[in-house]
Amino acid sequence: MLRYVFRRLLTAIPTLFVIVTISFFLIRVAPGGPFNQEKGLNPVIKANLERQFGLDLPLWKQYLNYLGNLLHGDFGPSYNLPDFTVAELFRTGLPVSVQLGATALVLALIVGGALGVFAALYQNRPADYMVVAAATAGSTIPTFVIAPLFQLFFALTLKWVPVGGWGDGALVNKIGPVITLMLPQLAVVARLMRGAMIEALRGHHIRTARAMGLSDYSVVVRHAMRGALLPIVSYAGPAAASLLTGSLIVEYIFAIPGVGRYFVDAALNRDYTLVMGTVVVIAIFTLFFNLMVDVMYALVDPRVRYD
Amino acid sequence: MTDAHLPSPAAGRSLWADARARLLRNRAAMVSIVYLAVMALACIFGPSLVPNDFTTIHADYTRVPPSLSAYPKAEGIEAALKDALRRARLDLVAWKQDGSQLDVTVASAKPVDPRSVRYLDRSDVFEGTTVRESAADGLTMTMSTQVQHTYFFFGTDSNGRDLLQRTLVAGRVSLAIGLLAGIVAVIIGVLYGASAGLIGGKTDEVMMRIVDILYSLPFIFFVIMLVVFFGRNFVLMFLAVGAVLWLDMARIVRGQALSLKRQEYVQAAEALGVTRAGILVRHVIPNLLGPVVIYMTLLVPQVIILESFLSYLGLGVQEPLSSWGVLISQGAKSIPGAQWLLIFPSVFLTTTLFALNFIGDGLRDALDPKDR
Repeated sequence: MLRYVFRRLLTAIPTLFVIVTISFFLIRVAPGGPFNQEKGLNPVIKANLERQFGLDLPLWKQYLNYLGNLLHGDFGPSYNLPDFTVAELFRTGLPVSVQLGATALVLALIVGGALGVFAALYQNRPADYMVVAAATAGSTIPTFVIAPLFQLFFALTLKWVPVGGWGDGALVNKIGPVITLMLPQLAVVARLMRGAMIEALRGHHIRTARAMGLSDYSVVVRHAMRGALLPIVSYAGPAAASLLTGSLIVEYIFAIPGVGRYFVDAALNRDYTLVMGTVVVIAIFTLFFNLMVDVMYALVDPRVRYD
Repeated sequence: MTDAHLPSPAAGRSLWADARARLLRNRAAMVSIVYLAVMALACIFGPSLVPNDFTTIHADYTRVPPSLSAYPKAEGIEAALKDALRRARLDLVAWKQDGSQLDVTVASAKPVDPRSVRYLDRSDVFEGTTVRESAADGLTMTMSTQVQHTYFFFGTDSNGRDLLQRTLVAGRVSLAIGLLAGIVAVIIGVLYGASAGLIGGKTDEVMMRIVDILYSLPFIFFVIMLVVFFGRNFVLMFLAVGAVLWLDMARIVRGQALSLKRQEYVQAAEALGVTRAGILVRHVIPNLLGPVVIYMTLLVPQVIILESFLSYLGLGVQEPLSSWGVLISQGAKSIPGAQWLLIFPSVFLTTTLFALNFIGDGLRDALDPKDR
């Protein structure tokens, strides 16, 4: 197992390298640059700026410089937020995004999982239909519809929560973002769990367990759920990667100082270093959680062996 | 042995007849199909039936709430009169309404210019203003005018544009993008996946490795780069969106093609000397059709969401054209005070997405032979 994890970590390095390379050249061939402004910058100043950041060098040299700096853990300065380095931006923003994302993910897994099991146990009865209908709604309605509606009802009409803002991490400020982040995930988890549980409850080992007189709790939780967890695990990996790196829409709408909003802004402003930083961080999260999924697989299902 | 008494063999049912029967029995899917058809027809033909043009700015009706009765409301007429006459620098003395006919008496310190009737016509509320009579000194004048009735079933936006008309026109854009980008994605995905699966070997390996790498690139980054490259061109944009969404399709089709290649009946056909093209047409394509159709119906809502998302960020469709995403983002900015601007486009978008999802689920149930 450890050897497997080690080998996977080794293969992650070339993947990361390919992703960095593609993204680097993709953003660089896009027309425009970080210092192109509508008014037009004085060419001398622009040339000076470009020289300072090494943007006047040939592209391959810049690429090697960037790779070299990256290996030292240096993400470079942000061009459009000139007082900050990319690393600083992530140091302040990432904890916020991770906190919201992790809360939303854990809640989605617990509540969604419970709803899914519940629906499967009462298959084709009103409770089941209600869960399925709610899950369909939750996974269909886009976040950018849910979030403003949430603000309209709970912040502006009922005045239970503030409309937006981080408020130094006060609990009331987190309710809206967490709920809007959670709902779509919860819906998918509930659907997956329901399907997997229905499948699992039909298994022979469940019939055996029942025949041996095990309690309902033991049958459902210890024997059926264990098999039904696999699809949830494989869904939760990529979901975790995308949730923890911040949601652009949620952070925009609720004015949250996370890292989700940097990506689009940076890409549009050609803030090369910030774009690359975001790509690297997202890629690391994705690779890490994909590895976690495979490890979890082996833990949940003893038939899965890695050597 | 006589064959006279043998029962005639039961007529076989083809996969497609079977699927159709199952789909017809699925009530949610049928309702969704009807709903989607109505929505499509409304978006295609509706805009020509709604009297207000989607770019016309009704300056006197900015942010009016939705209403089933015509504007102006009875209590709004006087305000509109005063507003129009203030621009003409005239004082309102008296007014009297008789049906849609309105007699307005105005006064001024200087003789009233008969051309000031234009000031009333210029407003969105009145039309066909004429001078009824003028006092001898010219200081007062009675005009008669018609009240112009305008309907805003969905209200108007902050610029005074009819939201019903805009929602329908936006629906055209959203549905067209969904369909066209869906088709682009399916074509690329099927061709790529089928070639990888059928050719197999090293080619397959390389082609799928490329898909894996594209997968691990942050998706939204990819889309933004494409939008940046192609500029804000409507057609190119949804080609770009389609070009991003083909990855899943390619994987599904490749998997199918790989497993089909190993089926006994395909091997039998090969052994019997059926040509490659023959196998492709007779066995591979019919078997691919089911998953492709299912995936396509699930892809269209994805594309609509993605387009709305891009438009929400201001990267998508540009004014004066709009899509549901554009309207929702404008609506989100105009709460509090004008909730209808958010609610109507949201309802249109979500119900359409619902319908598409139900159709997709229905098709999957109908075409999935495992479920028989």
